[in-house]
Amino acid sequence: MKVPVLKIEHMNISFTQYDRGMRQVELPTIRDLNVEVHEGEIVAVVGSSGSGKSLLAHGVMGVLPYNASMGGKIVYRGEELTADRIARLRGNEIVLVPQSLSYLNPFAKVGYQIRKGRKDAQTRQRLDDIFKRYDLKKEVEDLYPFELSGGMNRRVLIATAMIENPRLVIADEPTPGLDLKVAKRAMRHFRELADMGAAVLIITHDLELALETVDRIAVFYAGTTIEEAGVGDFEKEETLRHPYTKALWRAMPKNGFQFIPGSQPYVKNMPEGCPFMPRCGQCTEACRGQIPYKEIRGGRVRCLYAE
Amino acid sequence: MNRRWPVFLLKNLVRMTLLVICISIVTFGLMKASPVDPLQANVGQAALGSMSQEQREKLEEYWGVNTSPVEQYLSWAGDFIRGDMGTSLLYRQPVTRVIAVKLSNSLFLMVMAWILSGILGFALGALAGMNQGRLVDKCIKGYCLVISSTPAFWLALLLLMVFAVWLGWFPIGLSVPIGVEASGVTLADRIYHAVLPALTLSITGISNIALHTREKMIEVMGSDYILFARMRGEKGLRLLRRYALRGVLLPAVTLHFASISEIFGGSVLVEQVFSYPGLGQAAVAAGLGSDMPLLMAITIVSALFVFGGNLAANILYGVIDPRIRRGGTAE
Repeated sequence: MKVPVLKIEHMNISFTQYDRGMRQVELPTIRDLNVEVHEGEIVAVVGSSGSGKSLLAHGVMGVLPYNASMGGKIVYRGEELTADRIARLRGNEIVLVPQSLSYLNPFAKVGYQIRKGRKDAQTRQRLDDIFKRYDLKKEVEDLYPFELSGGMNRRVLIATAMIENPRLVIADEPTPGLDLKVAKRAMRHFRELADMGAAVLIITHDLELALETVDRIAVFYAGTTIEEAGVGDFEKEETLRHPYTKALWRAMPKNGFQFIPGSQPYVKNMPEGCPFMPRCGQCTEACRGQIPYKEIRGGRVRCLYAE
Repeated sequence: MNRRWPVFLLKNLVRMTLLVICISIVTFGLMKASPVDPLQANVGQAALGSMSQEQREKLEEYWGVNTSPVEQYLSWAGDFIRGDMGTSLLYRQPVTRVIAVKLSNSLFLMVMAWILSGILGFALGALAGMNQGRLVDKCIKGYCLVISSTPAFWLALLLLMVFAVWLGWFPIGLSVPIGVEASGVTLADRIYHAVLPALTLSITGISNIALHTREKMIEVMGSDYILFARMRGEKGLRLLRRYALRGVLLPAVTLHFASISEIFGGSVLVEQVFSYPGLGQAAVAAGLGSDMPLLMAITIVSALFVFGGNLAANILYGVIDPRIRRGGTAE
């Protein structure tokens, strides 16, 4: 099998915070996260809002805040992605597509920002091509971020990735609050990037939308990946592996819109063992121990009873 | 923008006129309410006692003691509108000429202080903001807090003691050397005499702008767009120049133009300490000596400067921030 472009193994990210007074506490926001993306493939990390998914992106890009620490292993094209290496690669081979316009400098014109200030003929030509492909008028280059419309800003943000020669694209929540048409169009652009040979990792809360475009899904729950499955596995409940993924499946409108009670446990009172235990119907005493991440039917799952 | 210029100018002209009217009335009122008796203050109790009734009446007429305030104000205002600011009672010269001389002295001082404090304040603030929590930041912040709670005149006295009295590096006061004809005074002499007062003014001016710049720098460096720029491989000076600078410069520029008023206010005290014959000192003399025409004129000139500073800040805001420049025309 080919070497994955990005392979994240046992990623841990925790924050040091001051609790009452001067007592420091460690908040393990991401624990034992595993995911891999291959060339030409789109993988979506799906999880509910506010569960720390964006940290995954920041961790890979090497821009975690100073009070965060990261453990585990990130391998990029067969070699470990060290701090030095990501500092060299980010912005050209490895790019991030941010979630909103607030990630653009409000004081600079859009074209200038996409080009990162480069003025050579080649970059200009590239920008022209991207604008044509994305159906953006030439004048948009001279607009400031606040002058862009909702549909335009998606394409402008993706253009910041397209202008480079990315081998790995990480998109952080690329379709927040967009109407379905615009959101689908944005997802199509990621497909194009993958078809050009890039590996694409999309971090999103929108399972339905992801299922339409991506190749594989990694389900993110309480700071960890509990299942990795091909998109095909989501056609029937039976082909899914983890009880939470099955619950997600049942919660989709076309599958009955059923929801399960409870919510994800907060980092500070995370149960030992399986994080889904309090909401799971199948759990037993054994679920309180270590849960291995095992391979089943071409996917991976973190559940003792998955078949 | 072009379409809006006349409206903008007209609006500000009206504002400025209203400001001048209000300020002149308030100044006049305060002067009238002040307990300073012009005769006693300028002629002296002893001299006054030895004068004949006739002489006293003449003096009272000169200082306008018996004219009704409203009449006095209206006659002053009438002349002012015609461009005649009157004659200074103390200097016995046209007010315009007194102000021209004093202002050129003060402007020299204030411009020096303003530029110095702006550049230094911004640089220190930016440096502190980029190194938040480190030693540099703590030192700069500590310095700013100490300075901003130090009165300007006290600092002036301190500098005077250290650099003029003990070390003897700079003159003790005045704006030109003593005993030299006006034609013999060189620019170097003027700068030499202005250094200490200008330094005092800029030292106090620095802390304000540095603290604000620091705060803004921290905010900008923690913003999403700086994070994204870093994720796109930008770093170091390039990141600072291309991405952070505008966001930080904006409040600094506005603040600095608005701080013209503070430099004006500070100069009154500092000029007094250094016996520097500038506008501030003239204002004090005019106030204590009941020199109504001069004080009114100085107040109005100062108000116009402060107004101009704020106006410049407003205009520059538009130049620097595209959201204001373009947002305004897009309506």
